[in-house]
Amino acid sequence: MPAIAIAALVAILPLFFPSGYYYRIGVLVLIFSLAVVGLNLLMGFAGQVSLGHAGFLGIGAYSVAIGPVHLGLPSWLSLLAGALLSGGIAFLVGRPILRLKGHYLAVATLGLGLLLAIVLTNEARWTGGPDGMSVPKLELFGWSVRGATAWYWVAGVTFVCGFVLALNLMDSPTGRALQAIHDSEIAARVLGIDVARKKLAIFVISAMYASVAGSFLALFNGYITPDAAGFLRSIELVAMVVLGGMGSIVGSLVGACVLVVLPQALTVFHDYEQALLGLVVMVFMIFLRQGIVPSIAGALAGRRK
Amino acid sequence: MILEAEQLSVSFGGVRAIDEVSLSIAAGQVFSIIGPNGSGKTTLFNLISGIYTPSHGCVRFAGETVTGLEPDRLARRGLSRTFQNLQIFSRMSVLENVMVGHHRHEDTGILADLLHWPSVRRQNAATREVALAALARVGLADDARRASGALAYGALKRLEIARALASDPKLLLLDEPAAGCNPVETQEVDRVIRSLVKDGITVMLVEHDMRLVMNISDRVLVLARGRTLAEGTPEQVRANPAVIEAYLGDHGSKEAARAFG
Repeated sequence: MPAIAIAALVAILPLFFPSGYYYRIGVLVLIFSLAVVGLNLLMGFAGQVSLGHAGFLGIGAYSVAIGPVHLGLPSWLSLLAGALLSGGIAFLVGRPILRLKGHYLAVATLGLGLLLAIVLTNEARWTGGPDGMSVPKLELFGWSVRGATAWYWVAGVTFVCGFVLALNLMDSPTGRALQAIHDSEIAARVLGIDVARKKLAIFVISAMYASVAGSFLALFNGYITPDAAGFLRSIELVAMVVLGGMGSIVGSLVGACVLVVLPQALTVFHDYEQALLGLVVMVFMIFLRQGIVPSIAGALAGRRK
Repeated sequence: MILEAEQLSVSFGGVRAIDEVSLSIAAGQVFSIIGPNGSGKTTLFNLISGIYTPSHGCVRFAGETVTGLEPDRLARRGLSRTFQNLQIFSRMSVLENVMVGHHRHEDTGILADLLHWPSVRRQNAATREVALAALARVGLADDARRASGALAYGALKRLEIARALASDPKLLLLDEPAAGCNPVETQEVDRVIRSLVKDGITVMLVEHDMRLVMNISDRVLVLARGRTLAEGTPEQVRANPAVIEAYLGDHGSKEAARAFG
């Protein structure tokens, strides 16, 4: 049901777009939502924080730049290769660092993100260094995807797929095990759940979501700089998860929407834009502390009683 | 013997929390561990269920040596437990809590889970059946849809039992299932344990409610300061002077009177 509702929303929303500019914002919301859904699987469901997820976003972004430019691969293949590379790195790094808990895990993933960003900055021969590099257009079956309208539909379909996969996972043995790990690792273990393996699996999946989102972002913008993999980007993703609601897949869309749209809406305040953004986020968190979607859903359920 | 422990010992910061405790439990028994607070009952549970690794001694479960095995491995061999301080999955519904208990029997891959293949649908339905049956056994069938946080304390204790039952254990370790329960709820726990034994599940019990322990147990082990003070049938233990003294010394005559009167 939520899957159909979201698909319908994505399909109908452009009818209300007054200009092409809104398509552009829509694409950014959809792309970020995809990354945030993946991070929410890790944070909201399995309860494992990652402050380095932009690193995987960066891998995805640079793979669709480096693949076609340096290796002559088609963009779509580069995108898949990037996702596999991100998954592979998450698999190798996740083993040692997912033993850590809470703040220690946060700092370790922070380190991972910084490391990936520095590699992307320093390997200038491949990545163009701090100046970044341009990204060739995506070609799908001879169709060159260009313009915000076309991208809206590509990103929309991909987001709905990512959304449905996430919902599926939560309503499955793996999903139940992950939620159990979040609440009590010790109880999960005595019920036969291999906690380390489940955490690793969701870390890998989550990294691949971020990677695909990063590829789309790079292909859509046509340009990529190491900022895409930077610390601030990681924080932004975490803020989207928490603001929308930990453990709420619909919340991921709402969180991404607020943090993409709000800065655009606040540009009229010029110099105070960032300060106001911070203030709005703070107020949201104070009054809707479980995140926007769970708090509102809880209030509605309470009223019904 | 479904469970045998030989000379189990573990130390924390130089203190021997468990000191050369041996026990053996025949299949189908109710085996209780009693003792004053701090005597090491829960520590012994943690050693047997793999949460702590013993510094000495060995544990054999269903004939195989399992010393130092991780709790999830033990669980997959059929050893499950509940916790003294509740370990409920508080974000999940009552039914979902118990569904997690069935995890070790669930047979789907992560790719199938992501795609929601028919095998996953079948598994979900089968798991739900098992969970509902387990809830019915502990008298919580009507609460299946509720948020687990909405249940009363005594009901949560039984929820943990249902969750452990859903894993279809051979040996079930219950850590103070009647603690904080009113007399009616304690009666319910008594009834549940008897029904488990009827189904061939061996029960190991840590409990302070002496009436429950003496009523239901086949064997009782008394711990004091991490050592075995006495072991035997409830009658033997009740008559043992060392046991009475341990309780009088540590706990006051009131509990002794309630326990052995």
